[in-house]
Order: sequence, then C-alpha cells, then structure tokens
Amino acid sequence: MALSGLDIYKLLPRTNCKECGFPTCLAFAMKLAAKQAELSACPYVSDDSKAKLSAAAAPPIRLITLSANGHRIEAGNETVLFRHEKAFYHPTGLLIRVPDTLAPDDIASLAKAVGSYKVDYVGIGLHVDGLAVEAATGDAAAFAAAVAEVRGVCDMPLVLITEDPAVMAAGLAKADGVKPLLCAATAQNWEAMAKLAKEHQAPLVVRADSIAGLADLTEKLAAAGIEDLVLDPVQRGFSSSLAALTQIRRLALKKNVRAVGYPVITFPYLGAGNPEMEVLLAGQQVAKYAGLVVLSRFDPASVYPLLVMRQNIFTDPQKPIQVEPGVYPINKPGPADPVMVTTNFSITYFAVANEMESSGMSCWLLVADAEGMSVLTAWAAGKFDAEKIAKTVKGTGIADKVSHKRVVIPGHVAVLMGELEEELPGWEIKVGPREAVDLPRYLKTTW
Amino acid sequence: MAVAIEVPVEKWAGSLREITLGATAAEGGTRSHTVTIGGANTLPFLGFEGKVPHRPQIAIEVRSSDPSGEWPAPLVQAWGEVLGDPAAWAKAAAATGADLILLQLMATDNAGQRMTATRARQVSRSVLGATGLPLVVLGPGQAELDNELLVAVAEEGVGERLVLGPCEDKNYRTIVAAALAHGHLITSRTPMDVNLAKQLIILISDMGLPLERIVMDPTTGALGYGMEYGYSVMERLRLAALQGDGMTQQPMIVTPGEEAWRSKEARVGEGVPAAWGDWTRRAINWEAVTAMTLIESGADVVAMRHPEAVARVKQMIGELMAA
Repeated sequence: MALSGLDIYKLLPRTNCKECGFPTCLAFAMKLAAKQAELSACPYVSDDSKAKLSAAAAPPIRLITLSANGHRIEAGNETVLFRHEKAFYHPTGLLIRVPDTLAPDDIASLAKAVGSYKVDYVGIGLHVDGLAVEAATGDAAAFAAAVAEVRGVCDMPLVLITEDPAVMAAGLAKADGVKPLLCAATAQNWEAMAKLAKEHQAPLVVRADSIAGLADLTEKLAAAGIEDLVLDPVQRGFSSSLAALTQIRRLALKKNVRAVGYPVITFPYLGAGNPEMEVLLAGQQVAKYAGLVVLSRFDPASVYPLLVMRQNIFTDPQKPIQVEPGVYPINKPGPADPVMVTTNFSITYFAVANEMESSGMSCWLLVADAEGMSVLTAWAAGKFDAEKIAKTVKGTGIADKVSHKRVVIPGHVAVLMGELEEELPGWEIKVGPREAVDLPRYLKTTW
Repeated sequence: MAVAIEVPVEKWAGSLREITLGATAAEGGTRSHTVTIGGANTLPFLGFEGKVPHRPQIAIEVRSSDPSGEWPAPLVQAWGEVLGDPAAWAKAAAATGADLILLQLMATDNAGQRMTATRARQVSRSVLGATGLPLVVLGPGQAELDNELLVAVAEEGVGERLVLGPCEDKNYRTIVAAALAHGHLITSRTPMDVNLAKQLIILISDMGLPLERIVMDPTTGALGYGMEYGYSVMERLRLAALQGDGMTQQPMIVTPGEEAWRSKEARVGEGVPAAWGDWTRRAINWEAVTAMTLIESGADVVAMRHPEAVARVKQMIGELMAA
C-alpha cells in the first residue's frame, strides 16, 4: 500500500539539511509520495527506513513474467478491484492445455495451430498467449518428449504441469530458452520444486485449497528466496472460484497481505462440466481477477469470444476508444461513389469500415466527432444530431470530391432526416441500414 | 508457521430493492407464480459476505411478428415454426427454461402493416394465455407508438403486474401513468450512464410510482461492441446501491440477446475470417458470454434469444447460487 507524504516524512532524518535539493524533509517527503523524487537523493536516510520505504513502494500484486523466444506473458501488478476505478493493466494470459497423453503428431499440430492463431478485432491483433504442457501420464520420458515436441514447432511461453519434481526436471531439460511457469508446488513437494525454480530462474505456482494454506507456502518459499510466485487456490467451480479470487484480490489490495500478493492461475475445465460451460467459467475468471487461465481445448469459436471479452475488460475505461474525425476513403473511391456518415467510436468505425472493405465496394466514409460514442448513444446524448452531421459534411469538403449530392445516414438516426434536409440544402439524405453488416446489400439495391 | 488470514468482508450500508413481477389469481392476476428479483446486500454472488436472496432471471424474447426473415440461421433453426406464432413461441420458451417471457412489440407486422393497439392487446392476451410466467412487454421504441400500444396492453393486462417499457427520459409519462392506473411495473431505460439512470428513476418516482415497481435498464452493448461500458456502469450502479444511494437500488434488466445477435459475429456465417471458428458455436458463445459478463456485473434479469445460450447461462446461475 502506498505511504502518504506524512508517513514517509516520519522515516526521514528530519534535519532539513537541504542536500536532497528540497528546502525541507517534509517537502522532499511530499515529492517522494508523488513519485517525483528518488529516495537516493537523501544521503542520510537509515537502512531501516530504506527497507520500509522500498517495501511500501513494491506493488501489492507482484508482476510475474513468463517468456520464450522474445514472447512474454505478464500477470499481476493490478491496483484496483473494479476497472472503472482506474483500469486493469495486464490482460489475463490465455493458454491452451497440451496433455502428454496425445500422440506426438497431435501435440505438434495443436501447438502449431495455437502458435499461428491470430485474429483481428477493431484493428487490434489478438492471439492466444501460451501452452500449458501437462504430465498427464505421470511419466518423465513422456513429459520430456511432449515438451520437446512443443518446443520443436512453437515458440510461445509455457506452463509445465506436474506435481512430481522428477517429472518436472525432465520437462525443464527440454525447455531451453524458455522461462516457463512451473505448476505446482504443494505442501508436500515445495522444497524440491523451490530448488528447480531457483535453478532455472522460473516462476512457480503455489497450490493449496485454502488462502491460509497458500499464504503459509508463499511465506516459506519467500524465506527460501523464491518470490516469483503464482497462486492456485484450487477452488474450481463458478461460486467457489469467484469467492476465492475476490478474497485474494481484496486481501492483496485492501489489507496489503503480501503473502497473497501474487497473480492467480485458474483451470476452468476442472470446474465446468463440459467445454461449453468452461467458456463461461473462463470468462468469469477473466473479469474477476485471474492472471492466467488455462483452457482445455483450442476451438476458435470459443477462443475468439474470450479474447474479445478480455480485450473489452482490459480496455482503459478512462480513454474512450475513438478514431480521428474526417474523411476516410475506402477501396479507392471515385466521384460517383457513395458518401456515408457515422460516428468516431472506434467500434462503430471499424464495423462500417471492415464491412465496406471486405465487400470490395468503394465509398467515402465521413466520421463525425461524436466524442467517441456509438451512433445510438451519441444520438441520445445529443452528440450526433442533424447539426453535427451537417457540420461534418460541410467541414470535410466532401462536396468537392464527389459529383453527386447524396449522403447515407445510419438507420438508427432515421428521425433526423427532415432536420438534416434543412441543414444541408441541395443534398439528398438517404437512410441506410441500422447495422453495418447490412450495408453492402443496401448499397447494391439502393445506391 | 501458520498464517492468520481474515477473510475481508465489506459491511455495506444499503441493499437492492426487492421487486415482484407478475400476479397470481390470489393477487388479481392469472400467473401460475410470481418472480422476485433484487434484495441482495452484497456484490453479485458473494455469499460469504451477505445475502443474495434471489437469483438472476432469464427472460426469453418473443416477438409480435415473425423475425425469421431477419434473424440469422442459428436462431431461426433453433426455434423453427413457432417464430410465426407468439403464443406457441412463448410456450416453447417456457419449455426451454425461461423464467419470464419478454414480448417485444414490433412497429409493423410481416405484411408491413403498422402495429395497432387492438393487435397489441390480442398478442399480449394470447401470450399471457400460453404460459403462466410473468410477462414483460416492450414497445418498438418509437415514442408515440409505444404510448399507444402500451396503454392498450396495460388495460388488457390489468392486475397482472406486467413490466412495461421502455420508459425513457423523453417519453415516460404516459407509460408510467398507464402502469399506475392498472397496477403494472415499468422499465426505465437510459443510455449507459450512472447519473442519467438515477435521474430517470427520480422523475418516474416523482409521478407517484413506487420504487418497488421500477426495473432499471442501464442499456448495454454486445461483447465486442461496447459491452465494457455497460459492464462498468452496472458495477458502479451496484456499488452506489450498496453504499446506500436510494435511487440506484433498483434491480437491473439488460438485453444481451438482442445486442449479441446484432453483432456480425453472430449474424454472419460466410465470408468471415476462419479465425472466428464455427458459426453456430461462435454465435451461441457470443450471446452466452455477453449474458455471463453482465450477470457478473449485477444484472437481475437478462433477456436472451437462443435456447442453448439460455441453458448454459441458467446452469451457470444455478452453480453461482449453490454455495
């Protein structure tokens, strides 16, 4: 938890020596609290105070990094319980489970498919983050072979799943060049797992079925010098998972309990009866506090919705996502091509632009400054009215680029037609469809 | 070394209002049972902290005219022929596991004829007759027509404790008056904004409608189409309610079915990226994930469309309420 200026002041020498460059220790403390000064500027601060201040400056949820060949997953370092309070910063890492019981060819093709999966959402490239290789056989050689198979075709970050330290060591031997997450240390095996984690400088999952059990283990591991930890609270179902993850997040952020100040990993397939319910449980865990989620299957029809959901939840709520107002020529339009108006909410813009681009039809898309709101919301808020549309049409000088005077408005604002005819004398106002997806058909039949 | 961990529990000052939808014969209606929502004094499903007396309810949307020319194939195939008959559709919805029926009155019928008050009476009467579930009736969203149709429906369903809507800041007086006169409830719809939501509740309750008869519709977007705005507005409304703000303590209704099935991901099967995966599975996931997310942020009623999405969300709600 961050210290106030006054808390910091009490830890300073309070001599007002000015050597830090500030007139008083209190002024320096205030700057420290605002993160506008470095503690090292004070030559006289005691070691004890230094330790206290650096502990207080540490994030309440530790940032954990998995990496492989330049690809990284970062989890943790979250600062709020609700995204509107500030933002969620590190999008939940989504990984696909690869059991070593699969045939080698199946492992390779699964790893390849996951590694090459990419999907575009409003101009953002989304992808799965990694693979979780599980020693389902319990056999060291089989596990090592599976890890090697995956590494042979795919350079994504990895989680290695086994509670048997000997099996884990065999897998690690095939994971050169990777900083995998080791899963998992328990009350029984933690000393051996700690040794492996230290040797390979790899982060380690701590598994216990109660928060007290987790805290007990993380403290032991921290004492042994292992601090890059991830929590598996074992609570698998919808209800118990929501409770455990909420409690862990609250303890870390509101009670400053360091022993649970780590990101959480979940395995929704262990708490859901079938793959369909797994999607919903995974989604719940993305919204409610998981740092990493391991999925049992790779099905684009469920991975894509989850990736979009994650993108939505982890979007910074303080910044409305918008595009620059102006004229957007699509598919090299000429003077006879349609002119259409929409708002500058980026989801709205991309819905229209993608539809037109993929249709192969050309148009001039005019984007009005509707303060980043969608058509309906902007209309309701008075930010996308006849006046604003007229201003956009005139302000963009589109009349000089086209040989006609016809403009298509979104179907949702059909009511603006009359007013708009008054605002734009000489223009023919055409009411388009409500949804972007219907635009190509509309233009083919009516333009 | 044993670590002492005290589970952090918030002591909230407020709770949600309890609202009962529908009326049985003993209460002056004809419903086989009533449905109660709200009442929670904690965030969604945090049973370790407070009470969550009533689970979120699923309303299945039934339309006054046949949408099979407009709705995408996965939806049309799931319902089949009943789409042309609101009463049969409502019956099928009840059999599918609906807790409530949401009758969406359309501005025109399939022959292009404008919806009339007489027709609105007939269709709501036939839907009431088809199942014993409480009924929500929404107008087409055009002020004059909404008023004309909903006044007629309010008269026709007197005593049923219907939920009528949408009431919006530009058009609420007539619908509220009809609800007052005939013992119904209303939905207050505002465009994804905490203060606008509060303001409309105040205006409506100033007309004399008890707060126990107002269901709040904060509006939402589909997954990928602005859902996060609705999500955060709902979380903020729920937090304000728990902190004791009396004008935000209304249970919430949202329409993930309508929103999700407007998305391209749900509507289009061909000519889309292969990375989107199988159309039907993706479309059902789109609706189910949208509904799930909104329920996690505080929805008390979700209006849905696809039977399979309904079944999954219902199972999820059951599991969340179990512990």
